[in-house]
Amino acid sequence: MSNFFIIMILLLGFLITFQIAKASEYVSVLKGEKKAFEQQNRVNGFLMIAFLVAGLIGVYWCNELLKGKMLGEAASQHGQAMDKLLYVTLAITGIVFFLTQILLFWFAYRYQYSEKRKAYYFPHDNRLEVVWTAVPVITLSILVGFGLFYWYQITGEAPKEALQVEVTGKQFSWIFRYPGKDDVFGKKFYKNIDDGKNNSLGLIWDDPATHDDIVVNNEMYAVVNRPIKLIINSRDVIHDVGLAAFRMKMDAVPGTPTTMWFTPLYTTEEMKKKTNNPDFEYEISCDQMCGRGHYTMRGIIKVVTPVDFILWKAKQKSNYALVFPNTETMPSKDTTKTVAAVADKDALSKTSLKTN
Amino acid sequence: MSSDTILHGHSDVVTSHDVHLDEHGAHHHKETFITKYIFSQDHKMISKQFLITGMIWAIIGGLMSVIFRLQLGYPDTTFPILEDIFGKWAPGGKISPDFYYALVTMHGTIMVFFVLTGGLSGTFANFLVPLQIGARDMAAPFLNMLSYWAFFTASIIMISSLFLTAGPASGGWTVYPPLSALGDATDGSKAGMDFWIVAMVFFVVSSLLGGLNYITTILNMRTKGMSMVRMPLTIWALLFTAILGVLSFPVLLSGLILLLFDRHAGTSFYLSDIFIASTQKALPNEGGSAILFQHLFWFLGHPEVYIIILPTMGLVSEVMAVNSRKPIFGYRAMVGSLFAICILSLLVWAHHMFVTGMNPFLGSVFTLLTLLIAVPSAIKVFNWLTTLWKGNLRFTPGMLFSIGFVSMFISGGLTGIFLGNSTLDIHLHDTYFNIAHFHLVMGVAAFFGMFAGVYHWFPKMYGRYMNNTMGYIHFWVTMIGAYLIFWPMHYEGLAGMPRRYMDYSNWVSFRQFEDLNRFISTVAIVVFAVQLMFVFNFFYSIFKGRRVTTQNPWGATTLEWTTPIRPGHGNWVSEIPEVHRWAYDYGKDGREFISQAEPVGSNESSGH
Repeated sequence: MSNFFIIMILLLGFLITFQIAKASEYVSVLKGEKKAFEQQNRVNGFLMIAFLVAGLIGVYWCNELLKGKMLGEAASQHGQAMDKLLYVTLAITGIVFFLTQILLFWFAYRYQYSEKRKAYYFPHDNRLEVVWTAVPVITLSILVGFGLFYWYQITGEAPKEALQVEVTGKQFSWIFRYPGKDDVFGKKFYKNIDDGKNNSLGLIWDDPATHDDIVVNNEMYAVVNRPIKLIINSRDVIHDVGLAAFRMKMDAVPGTPTTMWFTPLYTTEEMKKKTNNPDFEYEISCDQMCGRGHYTMRGIIKVVTPVDFILWKAKQKSNYALVFPNTETMPSKDTTKTVAAVADKDALSKTSLKTN
Repeated sequence: MSSDTILHGHSDVVTSHDVHLDEHGAHHHKETFITKYIFSQDHKMISKQFLITGMIWAIIGGLMSVIFRLQLGYPDTTFPILEDIFGKWAPGGKISPDFYYALVTMHGTIMVFFVLTGGLSGTFANFLVPLQIGARDMAAPFLNMLSYWAFFTASIIMISSLFLTAGPASGGWTVYPPLSALGDATDGSKAGMDFWIVAMVFFVVSSLLGGLNYITTILNMRTKGMSMVRMPLTIWALLFTAILGVLSFPVLLSGLILLLFDRHAGTSFYLSDIFIASTQKALPNEGGSAILFQHLFWFLGHPEVYIIILPTMGLVSEVMAVNSRKPIFGYRAMVGSLFAICILSLLVWAHHMFVTGMNPFLGSVFTLLTLLIAVPSAIKVFNWLTTLWKGNLRFTPGMLFSIGFVSMFISGGLTGIFLGNSTLDIHLHDTYFNIAHFHLVMGVAAFFGMFAGVYHWFPKMYGRYMNNTMGYIHFWVTMIGAYLIFWPMHYEGLAGMPRRYMDYSNWVSFRQFEDLNRFISTVAIVVFAVQLMFVFNFFYSIFKGRRVTTQNPWGATTLEWTTPIRPGHGNWVSEIPEVHRWAYDYGKDGREFISQAEPVGSNESSGH
């Protein structure tokens, strides 16, 4: 019933508009076309300047309303560099935006039709053309220079002490793999994948390097202030590891591994306080359309202190151990030893970070 | 100009046709309803066919956006009426994810290809090229007719795909494989994707037939005296558009054919190392590259956005000069910048792929070339501004939309400087910032240019005017609405909010925009309703609009206004006028305007 009413109201509104529009045509015939044109022109001229003023107020108001919700603090070093570049770009484009929009609507208002004025015949001026070719060239060179400086930093090699994690996207969740105490990812082959047998990555058990690889789903751990390098794969279609808080993004392409690295600056707990949001998480959003569950493909990165990381890792069983719980050669059976080894390793890399 | 006479000596064409013509276009040779309105070879009729088909497409595409905006704005609400209409696609009055993705995919496909490429170039290239260069018709009228009917066939196939059991294509308008190659990965990649590919094949054929025809006509059939530098900017823009289409559409076609092979012939161009969870099967394909498709797609895809925007730049330049009563400022710079955009647009495609893991060096080259394209764009904006300066502006609906076009082009163009910079693109890629950017710069702006063209040339097309008051309401509501919709989206994008999500309520990082999404959806519905008013105005005015009583109602210099009010097939009754000057002598020597067909007077000041 309410749908019916809405449609009736719309139709009625439309009918009224139409009648007014038709009437205005008759009026213009009565008044004389010239007079009617001049009147309409004045109204539109006024609306031009009104739109400019209202628009500028609107831009300010919208910014006041939404600025708290947009960027938030960048939680990685790369992100902070990007924010700097973002604000420089915003300043430059902002100046151009206000200048050109104000001129556009001001000219429209100022030079609206008047019987008294003759349009000024001004077909070209080479000096002006040179000015507005040269100025954009110079400005854009600055932006390109800035951008590429950061681009090479961000896409360059990850530092050696970086924590390595393999990320694999699949419809519609994330799988993470840590190399275990040998620090080597064991071999895998996609035809070995068997979700039923708990081998979601297709690890090759004949390769002993796979035996200590830890595989976890949906939630991964990273260490604050330690660079992390993600090796990104996909099991089926193209996905994308989108990390809004770190300002990072990289596609997951089946058959072609990609990488990305960054250094988290704050733990999840610190960010909860910084953002005043007890629910805060570093979310991984899939940013490349991947099918019907695309919008549910959520992962989480828990950024923790080095100690918490060691404790977490110690609790994890390797994928191999989960598949073959009774095998003697299982490395993580001797838990205390593994934990100690992991702890050593992490302590080492931490010291090496500090010396850097 | 003697060389022109030699080059364009088509006086035989003139004499062979004009005996058949009179002012009312009533031909002496037999014309049935079918040859006049359906299988017509008259460029003007073909142009109207493109326009009306494009309008029908625009309504369908727009309606789709209304439906998915309902979902985005009101994710928790159910609309029983949706179930009544769409059945299993909207169980319980809430659209299903498959339907949502089908809608966004088809919205993109329809708007980009069927409305803003077919509908736009098809309409205005067909209508304006012969009329403004002084030709009786296209170089190959029969091919021109085929071009429309290939477009029509493409439309029918694409429309049919909406009614398939598994639904139409739903992998995004960019149809990236492997998603688009594997029916097991998503329902939209079953028969719907085949329909999509076949429809696009017909579309490319239509575009090539049209494009080759426009190029040939412009190069060979200009009237006496119409040297290249005397052509109106509309013709330059349409020429570059056609060249871009001819160079890049075949690449898309080849990419799609490889995709078809991957789908049905067991090849591995794009497929490698794939395990499908829904069937628990590993595919045999190895060694393909999913990224290869993206290169092939964007080699068309990027020129495509200029195929959309260049014609509207031409239309706006023309409408703006006419209604400012002033020459377009910097004609040669305008042509030069069109040329620069045309070349550069072929060299920037990989800026859509900065985060695919491409070589960083390659990324830096594409950043440089991409930001370079801002230079000719800036030149154009400043030239439009200077055209308005010290003019005597008449705010016809066409003029209003031209001014709106410049405003939208600035707003959307500037954000391109963010996205083209590879470093910032890492954060902004595939977010709402991107949505806001391209909707403003090639969606709304292109529509504005198209509206400007329709309002301005409607009197020439149908011998009547569209209603002004409805035109004004149409303009102001659309202008304000477009900013209300797309301006706040930049903020969502800066927060990293990804595009193509159906529901954000489970995301800590993005759910703070719930109210904003509702606001945007509401405005979008209002703006859509106003477009329907435009459509009504259009069809009503064809039959009932105020009649045009003078040959040259806008006081314009170009040749289309030297034809009869309702020109028949062949355009001019007697000889085609000879051209003596450029297209922009407005306000020269104290005269309102001087037609291109008027010889240069002895005491006239020197030209531009």
